[in-house]
Amino acid sequence: MAETGEQGATAVGNAQGEPILQIRGLKKHFPLTRGVVVKKQIGAVKAVDGVTFDLYRGETLGIVGESGCGKSTVAKLLMNLEQATAGEVFYKGEDITKLSGRALQAVRRNIQMVFQDPYTSLNPRMTVGDIIGEPYDIHPEVAPKGDRRKRVRELLDVVGLNPEYINRYPHQFSGGQRQRIGIARGLALRPEIIIADEPVSALDVSVQAQVVNLLAGLQREFDLSYIFIAHDLSVVRHISNRVGVMYLGRMVEIGSDEQIYEHPTHPYTQALLSAVPVPDPDGREGRERILLAGDVPSPANPPSGCRFRTRCWKAQDVCAEIEPVLEVPERYQSEPGEPAAHPSACLFPEERDIVGTAE
Amino acid sequence: MSTTDTTAVGQGNTTPSGTSLLEVDDLHVEFKTRDGIVRAVNGVSYSVDSGETLAVLGESGSGKSVTAQAVMGILDMPPARIPSGEIRYRGQNLLTMSNEARRKVRGAKIAMIFQDALSSLNPVLTVGYQLSEMFRVHRGMSRKEAKARAVDLMDRVRIPAAKERVNDYPHQFSGGMRQRIMIAMALALEPDLIIADEPTTALDVTVQAQVMDLLADLQKEFHMGLILITHDLGVVADVADKIAVMYAGRIVETAPVHELYKNPAHPYTKGLLQSIPRLDQKGQELYAIKGLPPNLLNIPEGCAFNPRCPMAQEVCRHELPPLHEVTDDSGRPIAGRGSACHFWKETLHG
Ligand SMILES: Nc1ncnc2c1ncn2[C@@H]1O[C@H](COP(=O)(O)OP(=O)(O)OP(=O)(O)O)[C@@H](O)[C@H]1O
Ligand SMILES: Nc1ncnc2c1ncn2[C@@H]1O[C@H](COP(=O)(O)OP(=O)(O)OP(=O)(O)O)[C@@H](O)[C@H]1O
Ligand code: SF4
Ligand code: SF4
Ligand SMILES: [Mg+2]
Ligand SMILES: [Mg+2]
Repeated sequence: MAETGEQGATAVGNAQGEPILQIRGLKKHFPLTRGVVVKKQIGAVKAVDGVTFDLYRGETLGIVGESGCGKSTVAKLLMNLEQATAGEVFYKGEDITKLSGRALQAVRRNIQMVFQDPYTSLNPRMTVGDIIGEPYDIHPEVAPKGDRRKRVRELLDVVGLNPEYINRYPHQFSGGQRQRIGIARGLALRPEIIIADEPVSALDVSVQAQVVNLLAGLQREFDLSYIFIAHDLSVVRHISNRVGVMYLGRMVEIGSDEQIYEHPTHPYTQALLSAVPVPDPDGREGRERILLAGDVPSPANPPSGCRFRTRCWKAQDVCAEIEPVLEVPERYQSEPGEPAAHPSACLFPEERDIVGTAE
Repeated sequence: MSTTDTTAVGQGNTTPSGTSLLEVDDLHVEFKTRDGIVRAVNGVSYSVDSGETLAVLGESGSGKSVTAQAVMGILDMPPARIPSGEIRYRGQNLLTMSNEARRKVRGAKIAMIFQDALSSLNPVLTVGYQLSEMFRVHRGMSRKEAKARAVDLMDRVRIPAAKERVNDYPHQFSGGMRQRIMIAMALALEPDLIIADEPTTALDVTVQAQVMDLLADLQKEFHMGLILITHDLGVVADVADKIAVMYAGRIVETAPVHELYKNPAHPYTKGLLQSIPRLDQKGQELYAIKGLPPNLLNIPEGCAFNPRCPMAQEVCRHELPPLHEVTDDSGRPIAGRGSACHFWKETLHG
């Protein structure tokens, strides 16, 4: 299929083999309504507004960005849990935004999601064993009935939960324990793609390390592909081959972990990296932080031109008029080997070392 | 013991001298379950003063939230039970107070920001209504006044276009925005003490920085105490004055923030610090403490950490280590430092 994406970007050059998911010009607009009895649409929240990227087999693509920028909505669109307003999601050449019924079910077996909210995504009336084993009811071919308890116990062990907890209910677990239940459930069907929305944010760093190591191990073993959404940029760096940065419904920069972390060219990425708290109290005062001015604009009414311009310290008049495209900036196009040469949606891209590894 | 004026807002100085704003003293909490008694909190003590920030760290499932819920008086009893311990707010034991007196403290004096923003907000009421209610019930404001204050608060926690979104329902906000609404709710009545249970877990780093700055500003302005429960050691390093580390329902280490990062005195803390992924590093495998967290139905005898501890000796398997005072090289106690490890000295110097 052709590159129909509005932002026109293909993935960076380090593509290992064929893409397993191709996302083109994806949009989701939620209607804004007024009135209780007669609902009248007065606008739309443009939660996702033209996003294009590829996911390759066996890779981990990290997605980071401001809260509310549309990460979870993208994740749900990829599973067809939300109906896309526009755009396509190709899985092995098939547009899953157009699928329904049995065909969709078959695809979903191979694409599993671990949800952001460990509190509301687990049914309070089901035991943990039933929750983790539920996918086997829908896809009984994966595990014969007599085998299920054993599989569930294995999964509990794999995510670092005591298999003796199999008969407990979700409310008897702490936040972090519930998140691990969600991960175990996501792994049950041994899918090809796992979309993990904040899978480790409620875990202590040691359990987090166990889960991250676990995910990496499973990936090596089964050639899994991950989309890993998280706010913790250190964790994202650790697990990702590539990282995409979103702002207000759009992808603003994408590249390998080295390109994004050590050679970011988009001002928003630079601000994001500078805000990462460093686990060292002696560094409290010494660090340079790019503090963003102003508030996050409403996704119902995004700024014209570059959406970041209301908070960008480099913004010029032209930024209000021209919408920057996600592509390798012109000034770096002549140096394809340079780490700065990766797609960035800014009219004035410029490398800046934030993390300080270049010293 | 003086009775505190429960109508005044944000007074910082009514604490009888010598008592902290909040003291948790040898608290025990257990849950009755089908499989037996779950001992979630096993003798926790900590304190926080006005204007001070205590960070509570620790294993997921170690009792951080349950302790906080006991302080707030929001545990379901049964199945929960508090067999012993005291929780003193300005010297008064909350556990023996009348229900009415306690209600006055909760919400207005001690407010909590919960870990689970979605389930703490009522899904069928607009966020504006839920915020306004606080002002109507506690401050007797008119509907209009209260609504204006609600918009104000949403602005303060940086909800874009607050005026237009005040009539939206919780599910229409992103995870991070809901968390900010929870923060707005806790701040509404300008309490003396805020217990924030992972307030920034769902937030991106720039908003997180803003929210923590906001909390810190308000804390200074109103001289509030803050108990911050979090897994983010970066945030802790940024804002905490002192730290308590929990494992299996106990405090295993206490220390001022600088000391803890530089020189942990408990093997669990040490393992935790080693597990932090770093922004400037891409390693092969992250360090992780080996083994599984303990089953609280059946906590290991002796030191609960012993099956996973690289330093464990025979004594650790049958003797429960008390919280030892940690001393410097010349034997003088270091203020605020304690470690519940038989071999804290070796850990500190190893
Ligand atoms: N059902 C809905 N109706 C209306 N607006 C919605 C709905 N779901 C999400 N939104 C809006 O869409 C935008 C994107 O939300 P989304 O949950 O995708 O953000 P996110 O990037 O995952 O944020 P976070 O990091 O806080 O989880 C937000 O402005 C949110 O308020
Ligand atoms: N209603 C309940 N019945 C039985 N056990 C419970 C109940 N509520 C909590 N627990 C147990 O009590 C322990 C402490 O839970 P708590 O929520 O305080 O952990 P936490 O330290 O806050 O963990 P996290 O960092 O994951 O939020 C957990 O092991 C949990 O399984
Ligand atoms: S296009 Fe202009 S406003 Fe947008 S990020 Fe670049 S410099 Fe800033
Ligand atoms: S008391 Fe023993 S088992 Fe416990 S932390 Fe110290 S050395 Fe390890
Ligand atoms: Mg989200
Ligand atoms: Mg908790």
